[in-house]
Amino acid sequence: MTGGRGRRRACVVLALAGVFLLPDLAAAETITVQVTKLAFVPAAITAKVGDTVEWVNKDFVAHTATATDKGFDVKLPAGKTGSVTVTKAGTIPYFCRFHPMMKGAIEVKE
Amino acid sequence: MNALNRLGIALAGLMLTTTLGLAAENAKPTDPQIAHIAYTADNIDIKAAELAVKTSKNKAVQDFAKDMIRDHEAVNKQALALVAKLKVKPEDNATSQALVKQADATQAHLATLKGAAFDKAYVDNEVAYHHAVNTALETTLIPAAQNAELKELLSTGLQIFKGHEDHARMVAGELK
Repeated sequence: MTGGRGRRRACVVLALAGVFLLPDLAAAETITVQVTKLAFVPAAITAKVGDTVEWVNKDFVAHTATATDKGFDVKLPAGKTGSVTVTKAGTIPYFCRFHPMMKGAIEVKE
Repeated sequence: MNALNRLGIALAGLMLTTTLGLAAENAKPTDPQIAHIAYTADNIDIKAAELAVKTSKNKAVQDFAKDMIRDHEAVNKQALALVAKLKVKPEDNATSQALVKQADATQAHLATLKGAAFDKAYVDNEVAYHHAVNTALETTLIPAAQNAELKELLSTGLQIFKGHEDHARMVAGELK
């Protein structure tokens, strides 16, 4: 009987965890931007507050994804991936510090 | 006079030249020669950038020069890995020699300059140099490359160097 109670308790805990955690997990998305041939592809993306933007550097040269307002500065060594979670609504223009003509923008919605 | 000689002479007159006037159909550099030209062109830009890092006090120029070193070293690493894989032995040639000769003259001239005069001369040369190399890649070297992987690497290099040309123009604009 002890084991049964333990299982029930575990079920309750999991159910509660599900109630509190799963909606968040389901809501937050990861949006991937390819960094290839000295360009952010796609250059313009839309995200929601809490989403993560991930940059995948396919080039053999290093890049960065740096917010124009310096809100983030993600280093992207050759062949590596970097990410940032967006926390407030608004448009965030960004660029590559090493190749300043590489530009992108994240439109963050509530 | 073949197109490669013309490339060399045009590069020798780089400061005045906006068009290399290459006739792609007459240019027949071999893959070992192309590999040598590409590697030589890369190293020339690294040397100029090293001088800029040492000489310039301007942050935009310093940053640009460091970007050049980082990227051209990355390209060279790829190029060396590729020639090793393909067992191609880079072959010295008239174009490489003309490139080196011109670069030595430019480097000697830059070494006499300081401050804003250096910054302007270095960045203006970077615009002209990348433009000349990009034109040569586009009209001569890429079309002539026989090996598909070499062609691909040169094409990627062209994308990177076009970015450098734009970046150099941007810095040149800031210096004015």
